[in-house]
This record gives sequence, C-alpha cells and structure tokens, in this order.
Amino acid sequence: MESIEPLGFESKIYELESKIKELEKLSDGDTLDLSEEIRKLESKLEELRAQTYQNISAWEITQIARHPQRPYTLDYIKAIFDDFVEMHGGRQFEDDHAIVGGMARLNGEPVVVIGHEKGRGTEEKIFRNFGMPHPEGYRKALRLMQFANKFYRPLVLFIDTPGAYPGKGAEERGQGEAIARNIFEMSFLKCPIIAIVIGEGGSGGAVALGVGDRVLMLENSIYSVISPEGCASILWKDVSKSDLAAKALKLTSKDLLDLKVVDQVIGEPIGGAHRDPEATFESVKSAIEKNLKEVMKVDPEERVAERFAKYSRMGVFVEEA
Amino acid sequence: MGWFTTKIKGLPEVATKCPACEEVVFNKDLVKNLYVCSHCGKHLRMPTAMRVEALCDENSFEEFGSGILPSDPLSFSDSRPYAERVEKAQEKTQSEEAILTGVGSIQGNKVVLGFFDFAFMGGSMGSVVGEKIARAARKSQELHLPLIIFSASGGARMHEGILSLMQMVKTGQAIAQLSKSHIPFVSVLCDPTTGGVTASFAMLGDIIIAEPKALIGFAGPRVIEQTIHETLPEGFQTSEFLLEKGVIDMIVPRQDMRETLAKILSFFKGKDGSYHGIH
Repeated sequence: MESIEPLGFESKIYELESKIKELEKLSDGDTLDLSEEIRKLESKLEELRAQTYQNISAWEITQIARHPQRPYTLDYIKAIFDDFVEMHGGRQFEDDHAIVGGMARLNGEPVVVIGHEKGRGTEEKIFRNFGMPHPEGYRKALRLMQFANKFYRPLVLFIDTPGAYPGKGAEERGQGEAIARNIFEMSFLKCPIIAIVIGEGGSGGAVALGVGDRVLMLENSIYSVISPEGCASILWKDVSKSDLAAKALKLTSKDLLDLKVVDQVIGEPIGGAHRDPEATFESVKSAIEKNLKEVMKVDPEERVAERFAKYSRMGVFVEEA
Repeated sequence: MGWFTTKIKGLPEVATKCPACEEVVFNKDLVKNLYVCSHCGKHLRMPTAMRVEALCDENSFEEFGSGILPSDPLSFSDSRPYAERVEKAQEKTQSEEAILTGVGSIQGNKVVLGFFDFAFMGGSMGSVVGEKIARAARKSQELHLPLIIFSASGGARMHEGILSLMQMVKTGQAIAQLSKSHIPFVSVLCDPTTGGVTASFAMLGDIIIAEPKALIGFAGPRVIEQTIHETLPEGFQTSEFLLEKGVIDMIVPRQDMRETLAKILSFFKGKDGSYHGIH
C-alpha cells in the first residue's frame, strides 16, 4: 500500500515511525546494533500514540473519518462479500454514482448491499460527486431496498457521505422528498437491516440509508445533524471554530453509543481504519455477522415493531405531570 | 380580534413595512388580511395563535401535548447556552416549543392539527417537536381523524445534535404508520420550510399544499450558491417553482386555506360523515 498521509495532529507519530524504520534498516547487519536505541524510541512511540489517540478530540476524529485513505464502501464490499453484482438502475432520472448497491453473498448467504461511495483520487471523486447523492441516488437505493424486501434478503448498508448534494438539480427533483420517502419506506421493511457508519454520517443524506434494526459505527467515524463547519459558521459565525462545534455536537461513536442512537461501536486499529484496512474489514465483517444473526432470529413482524419502538424512544425531553 | 388593534406582538407599533414590496401596511389591516400584504400579496409569517383562529371553527381548538418541554441533552453551548436560548424563545413567543398540537374543526370537519412557530428558534425540530408530531400522528390514529401539519421551519435543531436528526426518523415513521392505517395526512408548507423538516414528514403528505411564494427546499439557497458557485435564478425554491417541478400538489392562498382544507377533508369522509368509510 502507498504511504499514509499523516493528519496535522499525527505528524510527530509519523516522524518517529519513520525514524525507527530508518534505524531498523541501518541496524540490519551485524556490525551495527541499534536495538537498544530502537527499543527506546518504540517505547516513546507507544507513549506518544497513547497520548495522541486516547485524548483524541472530536475534531481530530472528524479528520480521521474523512481521511482520504480511509476504506470506502466499495473496499468493504470487495473485502467482506463475494459475487457482488452491482445494480445501477434506479429507474429514475439517471444513475447516481454517489450510491452503489447490488446483490452479494456473505459467507455464501445472499444479501443486498448498498452504500455511499466517495471515490478515491480526484477523477473518481468527481465521478462519485464526493459521495453526495442526488434524489435519484436515494431512489435507486430505495428500489434496491424494496428488491431485498421482496425476495427476503437481508440489507447491509454502508454510510459514508458529507451529506445529500445541495445543488440545483437536486432541489428540482425533490431532494427532501427522496430522503423522506426512504425513511418512510425503511420503517416498514420486513427484511433485516444492518446499517454501518464507516466514515462520515452527514445529516439527512446519511439517515436516508440509516434506518436499521441495528446501526453500527466504526470507532473513528462521525454521525451528525450538521457538519462541524456548517454548525460553526451558523452558530459561531466563524468557520475556524469548527473544533468547538465538533465537540459541542457530540458526533463521535462514543457519544452516539451513550445517546443510544447506535447499537455498537466497532473498534479500529490505532490511528484509524486506514492504518490497517484488512484488520478493519475483519472487525466489520464479524460485527455484521453477529448482528445479522441476532436480528434474523426475530420474526419479521416483531422486527418491524422493535425498529419502530426503537426510533420512537429517541429524543430527550421533560414531561410535566 | 380587538386586542390586536393597537400593539401587536412581534410587530412594530401601528404599521409594518412589507419585507417584499417595502410598502407600509397598517397593522390592523395586516391582521384583518391574515398577515398578507395588501399591496403585493406577500404572505408574511403569522403568529400561531392567529393561524389557529383563522383556520378553526370558533372555540373548537383544544390543545394536547402541552407540558412536553425541551431539555438540554448535550449541554450545548455556543456563544450562549442552549438552555438560555430556549428560555428566550419561550419568553418571546409565549410558547413552550416550536410546535402547537391539538384537535380542532375546520368548517365542521374534525381534525388533528400541528402548527409550527417559526419565531421559536426558527421553528427548528428537536426532541420535543419530534415527539409532539409522533403523538399527533398517534392521536389521529386513535381518533381516526386526518392529520394536518402547517410547517415553517429551518430544519433540525443543531443544539440537540444527533437527537434532532433522529426526529426525522421518528416523524417519518409516524407518518408511515398513519399511512398504513389509511388515514390522510395533509402537509401545508409555509415560508420557510427547509432542511430536516422538508426531508422528513413534511414531504410525506398524501396532499402537499404550499402557501404562495414560500421558500421550500432541502438545502438553503445560500448553501447551494456556495456549493455551485453561481447565483440562483429568481424564484428558485419557491412554491411556484416546486409546483412546476411536480414536487407539491397545489398552492393555496391563506384566504382560501380554510375552505380548501374543508373541501379536501370532505373527500375522505364516508357517507356516515366519519373517516371510517375510507376502506
């Protein structure tokens, strides 16, 4: 794999890592033994990592969630499922490349997979519209969800979007309605639904793929009503206050677990999923297997009722007697 | 409406300048005209109490869902704490939250109603608004009465973070439940209706009505302009534009709202006058 781009707050860690690597190279022969030196640096590295990642801020997590080398939906599909057959036809305006989906097999069992796809590299990012769908993308997703429901196949959804695209065509074709319709339909789908936030859960654009029997979240992903930048520019009138907004919004996986909006947090390798994608794929796969197994035990009618009850409980208010 | 003739809450003394045509309108005329500018027809934002009065048969409206109050689950604070903003909004609007729910009659047709108050933190939807809409839908189902919600909202309330976002699901599924029971939901979009309200229950009406020239959209015009780096054409995201695009069903001026809703409601009634005859 190509070298990893460090984020601003990680630069010291990466410096130390490359220094250790250099020393290891030098130390290869018998003539020069630097093992003592390396051990020292490694323990320093350990300390530094602990310092950096144990006290990581919401804003730093946001940057990891958006890391350009973070695994995307198609990476997960390729690594976790077999025989993926992509279905492009939303039967609408046009194919929306910001959402991918189709039939696949999980350990041999047929499922339907759908997710936002951000695209890797400039050219593909543009092709994927940076993972920001238009209404026809959500309508394609809905068609695939109904397809899954019709043929009794479980649904696995990957969430990774900055948000629904705020553009002219999107408004003209009913962006709001497309998102609303997905929520409406998903709440009564009889097939099991597992949704996983793998990177950015950007507001309504994420919810449109996010009504599930189980909603899981990768440790360094975020899920929020608005981006920290959007929130900072509206409430602080200053986009440079995004770090404060990120903290205030409570958008990390830990926050969401505490708020009972997600059911499980999937741990990531230290530093983030991009530091060890293979290990991340393994963890995500076993989380899907475990949750799917549990929800598939439940009778479909009961499953729908439980899903409805779960979302009915969401929200915090005071009720006067 | 005697108490409105001198000082009207939220309006300057005596007269108001229309934000659209900038003509000066006497407050008493504005009130008589249901907050519609007599010069240009601009539908100004209307206090909830007046909307209830203009729409419902006399003394027919009975509130339910009062006493459900906002808390501060995230201990949110920007330049001011959220709790303080809520207090200010309550003081300003004399309302508990951004939505009022109740049962009332429109020309003899009993219905469950919800009215957003844009003056309360931009009509934003947090936990309380979501809960009250869900309960209104439940009430519709229990009483077998149609649901009508007048929306005027900037969208989900940021100060309650992800919990506000989840109200999109809570309200959306509540409408889905109603739909399964064949109970009509009429969504009336007022100026402005955007964001998470547009992207949930408000766009799920069996009938979607808009007031004239209301701003209705998912993303706000400023966000769109910043994204696409161009100026939006005149009239983009207005009711008229959305009617043209097939997003909404009809535009109804405020003066005709009562009569139009009564007509619509009667369509759903069975021969015995109840809504049980629908299926």
